[in-house]
Amino acid sequence: MSPGILGKKIGMTQIFRADGQVVPVTLVKAGPCVVVQRKTPATDGYDAVQLGLIESRKTITNKAIAGHLGSENVFQADKNSHLKTNVKFVKELRLNGGSSELKKGDRVLAESFKANDMVDVVGTSKGRGFASLVKRHNFGGGPATHGSMFNRAAGSIGASSFPSRVFPGMRMAGHMGDAQVTVRNLQIVQVDPETNVLMVKGAIPGPNGGYVVVKPAKKGGAR
Amino acid sequence: MMNSLLQKVYDSNKKATLPAIRIGDTVRVQVKIKEGEKERLQAYEGVLIARNNSGMSETITVRKISFGTGVERIFPVQAPVVDSIEVVRTGKVRQSKLYYLRGLKGKAARLKERDNYAS
Repeated sequence: MSPGILGKKIGMTQIFRADGQVVPVTLVKAGPCVVVQRKTPATDGYDAVQLGLIESRKTITNKAIAGHLGSENVFQADKNSHLKTNVKFVKELRLNGGSSELKKGDRVLAESFKANDMVDVVGTSKGRGFASLVKRHNFGGGPATHGSMFNRAAGSIGASSFPSRVFPGMRMAGHMGDAQVTVRNLQIVQVDPETNVLMVKGAIPGPNGGYVVVKPAKKGGAR
Repeated sequence: MMNSLLQKVYDSNKKATLPAIRIGDTVRVQVKIKEGEKERLQAYEGVLIARNNSGMSETITVRKISFGTGVERIFPVQAPVVDSIEVVRTGKVRQSKLYYLRGLKGKAARLKERDNYAS
């Protein structure tokens, strides 16, 4: 049993349940993944499995990953360039108490999940650049018209001579998005073992084509 | 163009029998109505004035004049509540959204029938 699977967000659509209710779903191309490295308490001090997502097309990866994958052919390196490989996205997943018999070179497929399983999906949210308070912190902003000069301004960030400083954690403008986001307790609606596609109920972080990690739900999940 | 995997979901979930409908056509939509335990069909007939979205989330806007008042209903084409759609009459139009019909009434709001060349 794998502690999770790597995937790529494909896009959203909707399907209709038998009772006529519409279900918004996101498709995730989950796997096939390959075990790139197996860490054990004996050699590394902890138990973990490193997975790599095998993609349909060979692309040039960076030297760090290419070197880590090594010259073994299980990762389908290109014979012309050792930087060209199907494995570009590699992630390490912790194992609890050596519960997995996965070995280096093993495959992890979307079949390891079943319909109605609850999962957590970890992804990188869409970058919004340098965003201000209305967008970044859901401030209301001021009136747009009637001579208002307080349209989307920040307003006061504190008192004056006391405390003579801005308190830490004051919500201000700054970089928004492009951060790791976890969405917990999403239901798997369908699994297509043929194409390795998971159909997850609801939205997941990131743009279409973004890399995600799908793990069995950590908390709760009884529905 | 739709992603091939999204297309696969669409192909396996879409309705098998839907006629080729075009903007300007007069269509009759059979809607499932639930009354207590029983289910029956109700027909809604009008001019197809807009199609929105694509794939599983496609909707059509159907406009009709009911007791002198314009009524527009939006149907999700792939939803199970829409039992069937049939084309009653074709219409020849040049726009893809016939919102201009909202400002017209009576004779001015009529559409010419489309010439059907071996369709």
